[in-house]
Amino acid sequence: MAVKKTVGMYPAFDRSGTSTRASHYCAGCGHGIIHKLITEAVTDLGIADRVVMANPIGCAVFGYYYWDVGNIGAAHGRAAAVCTAVCRTCPEAIALAYQGDGDLGAIGFNCTFQAANRGERMATFFVNNGTYGMTGGQMAPTSLEGQKTATTPLGRDVLNDGYPLHVCEVINQLTAPVYIERVSVADTRRIMDARRAIRKALELQRDGKGYAFVEILSPCPTNLGMDAVQAAQFTNDKMEREFPLGVLRDQSATATARPAAPAKPGPAAFFTSNPDGATDAAPDPSFAEQRLKFAGFGGQGILSLGLYVAEAGRFAGRYTTWFPSYGPEQRGGAASCSVVVAGNPVGSPAVDHADVVICMNLPAYERFAKDVRPGGWLIVDASVPIAEKPVGVQFVSFPAIQFATERGMPRSANAVMLAVLAASGATGLDRRVMEQALAASFQKKPSLIPKNLAIFAAAYQQAGG
Amino acid sequence: MASADKKNGSHPVIDETVCKGCGRCVAACPKQVLRLRERLSRRGIKPSEYTGAGCVGCNVCFYNCPEPYAIEVHTEK
Repeated sequence: MAVKKTVGMYPAFDRSGTSTRASHYCAGCGHGIIHKLITEAVTDLGIADRVVMANPIGCAVFGYYYWDVGNIGAAHGRAAAVCTAVCRTCPEAIALAYQGDGDLGAIGFNCTFQAANRGERMATFFVNNGTYGMTGGQMAPTSLEGQKTATTPLGRDVLNDGYPLHVCEVINQLTAPVYIERVSVADTRRIMDARRAIRKALELQRDGKGYAFVEILSPCPTNLGMDAVQAAQFTNDKMEREFPLGVLRDQSATATARPAAPAKPGPAAFFTSNPDGATDAAPDPSFAEQRLKFAGFGGQGILSLGLYVAEAGRFAGRYTTWFPSYGPEQRGGAASCSVVVAGNPVGSPAVDHADVVICMNLPAYERFAKDVRPGGWLIVDASVPIAEKPVGVQFVSFPAIQFATERGMPRSANAVMLAVLAASGATGLDRRVMEQALAASFQKKPSLIPKNLAIFAAAYQQAGG
Repeated sequence: MASADKKNGSHPVIDETVCKGCGRCVAACPKQVLRLRERLSRRGIKPSEYTGAGCVGCNVCFYNCPEPYAIEVHTEK
């Protein structure tokens, strides 16, 4: 005696502290039928251990209580983004998105649209019941014209609410998808069609052939205010008129497995290569982490000054980060950057309590002077009027702007400030690496290298280094 | 699990503790051998039941049933 029964689901559903074999769906809801079709196909194809299902927000939010596959609860509408991550990071995984019309057709529409346009290696099962079920039957993008819902008590008025959204047809405008079909679970013949479509979408995923989209019309008796059989009839008679069933695209016969993406250089290729011959950073617990903040207005070379120091740290074999912060304007707005130079890998590039704060104008001083830690260094351009010398910190005032301007190099005030910083000994970085970093930054304008090194040397001497 | 009146021959097995009495299987059965029974289940609904004869084991009730564990179909062969 053969037994036909549900396969691929957990034997019991452990939900909210209870164990039950009943689903949470209303009587006559189409979700359960679709769940069964998916797990049956997953089981028959032997892919359960490869499947990762992105669960939606909506009535099917509890899918993970049922489907005995890998499950991830996606943020509202973001199942396609989750699947993108899954299929790109786990080449063996089969990424499936199960979403309703509110989740996919409204809040997450662009997420799905872009994933389809990229032809991600995933299948989307889009359950269209024409309403927001879980939240109480509000109008969905797919609600029919004239359909009465909690938010359209007089019926959906297309002038006010727009037209029912034909998601399959929109996806069908894109080049990348391999398979697009709309099916229904309202009666036996349609269920068998849906069974075939779901299976085909899963076979495509098993074989890695690209993006598949299956829309499934599904009755929602509760929010239609009908019994299960009437709701199924409504799906056949009314919904299908708006959303005709059928294959919109099927390239499954010609599609080939998407080639694996060519190997890309890892972060190490960008962050640890030292083409200029500097040695890679190596752990050195004896070098205390230095956190520096540089601030002024855009155009003063604040961000470059931070880069000089970060580069100097790199030449000294330290771990460094440089973290700029600036407004939309290239010149004249407030600019600041944070630099960390450390003997161990840096945890965060953000600097709240700084060992050194360098301010090139008054607003910067007013904003950041308080951030220097007790005993730390506060280095300020002498043009900043300071009524009361701050206490508890090592305070240096140096006319960097004036010094550079007098020597005909007003834009090198930051190089002057670098020399002041080097002379102060605040950073644990010596003059040599500071000069090396300064020279390296003018690699593309070599004529500026000797001029900047000269003004650096003069300022270093003036600052008492 | 007590709808299998007929141990021999094809028949559905309906779990009345899980069935929500939606009637999809009753409407879909091509042999019309299912019905919603009058007596309420423990859940307080009228679950589907097999009339006891005429099942051909076509699985239509299984596929129409939205509840994962409400219906099994046992078939000869």
